[in-house]
Amino acid sequence: MKFKFKDRDRADKLVQLINRQVPDRRIKIVHVCGTHEVSITENGLRSLLPDRIDIREGPGCPVCVTPTSDLDAALQLAERGAIVAAFGDMMNVPGTAKSLSELKSEGADVRLVYSVSEAVKIAAGTDKQVVFLSVGFETTTPMTAAVLEDHPPENFSILPSNKLIPPAMESLLELPDNDIDGFIAPGHVSTIIGVQPYEKLADKYDIPIVVGGFEPLDILYSLGLILNQLSISDPKAENGYTRAVDHEGNSKSKKLIKDVFKETDTTWRGIGTIPNSGLTLNRDYEKWNARERFEVEPRQAEETSPNCLCPQVITARATPEECKLFKDKCTPESPHGPCMVGEEAMCNIWYRYGGRPKL
Amino acid sequence: MNNSESEEETVQLTHGAGGRAMGELIENHVLKTFTNKTAGEIGLDQLDDGATIDLPAEGTLVLTTDSHVVNPLFFPGGDIGKLAVCGTVNDLAVMGADPVALTSSLVMEEGFPISKLNRVLTSMEESSTESGVPIVTGDTKVLEKGDMDGIAINTAGIGLAKEPINDAGMNPGDKIILTGKIGDHGMAIMQYREGLSFRTELKSDIAPLNELLKRARKSGNITAMKDPTRGGVAAALNEMAEKSDLGLTIQEELVPIKEAVSGIAELIGISPYEVANEGKAIITAAKESAREVVEGLKSHPLGRDARIIGEVNQEWTGKVIMETEIGGRRFLEAPLGDPVPRIC
Ligand code: SF4
Repeated sequence: MKFKFKDRDRADKLVQLINRQVPDRRIKIVHVCGTHEVSITENGLRSLLPDRIDIREGPGCPVCVTPTSDLDAALQLAERGAIVAAFGDMMNVPGTAKSLSELKSEGADVRLVYSVSEAVKIAAGTDKQVVFLSVGFETTTPMTAAVLEDHPPENFSILPSNKLIPPAMESLLELPDNDIDGFIAPGHVSTIIGVQPYEKLADKYDIPIVVGGFEPLDILYSLGLILNQLSISDPKAENGYTRAVDHEGNSKSKKLIKDVFKETDTTWRGIGTIPNSGLTLNRDYEKWNARERFEVEPRQAEETSPNCLCPQVITARATPEECKLFKDKCTPESPHGPCMVGEEAMCNIWYRYGGRPKL
Repeated sequence: MNNSESEEETVQLTHGAGGRAMGELIENHVLKTFTNKTAGEIGLDQLDDGATIDLPAEGTLVLTTDSHVVNPLFFPGGDIGKLAVCGTVNDLAVMGADPVALTSSLVMEEGFPISKLNRVLTSMEESSTESGVPIVTGDTKVLEKGDMDGIAINTAGIGLAKEPINDAGMNPGDKIILTGKIGDHGMAIMQYREGLSFRTELKSDIAPLNELLKRARKSGNITAMKDPTRGGVAAALNEMAEKSDLGLTIQEELVPIKEAVSGIAELIGISPYEVANEGKAIITAAKESAREVVEGLKSHPLGRDARIIGEVNQEWTGKVIMETEIGGRRFLEAPLGDPVPRIC
């Protein structure tokens, strides 16, 4: 028999379980992953849950959290004649002056790639400098590391903007007004880092953190585990996605990251600088760092346009509906902030599903 | 390679100039291929300035026109010729009309291979025969190389309706019926999109719907019809909801979708609800007769998979609500842009 991920009976049972355990107050649960948000919205999960359960997306979209200053650096390099390779979602994020796709239409050589290896291929076929805008979390970083270990062409380099999820979760918990009751930890990232890193957090902040899969039943199950922890007052890190995630994670990928990158303080849009929350190339691989190679000047940049609530949306303190620009002025065709650009970003997802994730 | 290309017979500018070359092209290719060419005394063979049409019955005349451009010209399950005939026949059929006659206007790029033209004409002939709708008059133009891409076909069609059916005539309580599985055409074309390295057996669903919809009309009280072409089922349902100012609720688990279609959809991240269908219709029918309409549809091979997928209501007027497979509810929105590359 084929196991059905969209089984209404099982969903009903999980919802009943959730209903029995949900306390008599508002419960705010934050996940940190665009894929979770798409699944929740696409399956209409919020409409199945009691109103008191408020599910938000935190800093889970790599495009949204990439600071304007990193984007400006990429723009600067493209203007100086390098070929800049970036993921599709990065192309339309507004930088200080313009976006990469705007610069491209003005004649700069900006290429859309689906993976870092495509960028390496471009470098192999040209004498020009090729810079890969390396954004992403623990899931995409091992691929970049592998490419660098493999001695890419000399004219290839990366602009490291890689980020780590657990420090970002911690920074939300450090916000005085966070009122978060539990986290659903991202399934993809956790296949790499495992459950361990969340244990420290759960301990330190007394908060349930459950690794969740992406099918609607997975998500309901994770919610059930969180509510159960709350009801018996036993907050901890727990694995709700055992068919894909190991307690230890993937040691090979973890080693790859460690061999090539080192932790560094980095800026998150909406949050600010978080200590040791980003990755840059370590000494052995520094020569592939475009920042060093081209002496990119770090410049302070305005993070978002004045009325955009992105910083609050990214930190799970506001929903897109609370933004005055949402749907009227800010749309995927003419985005005012990064949260409307990425296909994994909350404003964009809510917009595509009618701007109202709960009916 | 070069040799065979230079030897291959191609369309020349003179073929569109109105002289003897054009006469020969029409005579040898168009007139020879088409068999179904009259709807009155003067038809295509006469090459007159127009055609005459004897109306078969009383009723309201329905007129439609559509210019067809598609990339690729030949796709699994069909080509631009089939699309040009079926598209217009279907536009008439969803208006509640029986198509009576079509026109065909070919615009070609200089250098377009005659062999390809013949393939396109043969497809048009096949679809005209299958639907029983004659092509009674036409036109040929040739543009200089580079001024267009290959071939474009405009077809206009006349149909006769006893009672025309629009796409917003439904009432609260009506049932929403889909005549078959969704997304085949769009996803079949998607496979050819740049960068997709896989191929499946999936074919376009392209077909003339006039006979199928005639059966539907005869079997029950149909209140609205629409063909979910560009923008797919999502765009069509939203248009129906907006125009009627009523709400439409559909059940995800009832919507028939081929496994190949949902497979590709998942892989490339495009919803099967948002891509074109070329052989399907959305029908609303009064609650009491919805079952009969479905049975009527099922009695035709093109309606085998017909089923009720939801109902019309007054909740969230102007919007489409999807009840998801696991029982959640959300809006089904019209797609932002056309996910299919260059298909009009
Ligand atoms: S809707 Fe637009 S302006 Fe408002 S928070 Fe989202 S991205 Fe910013």
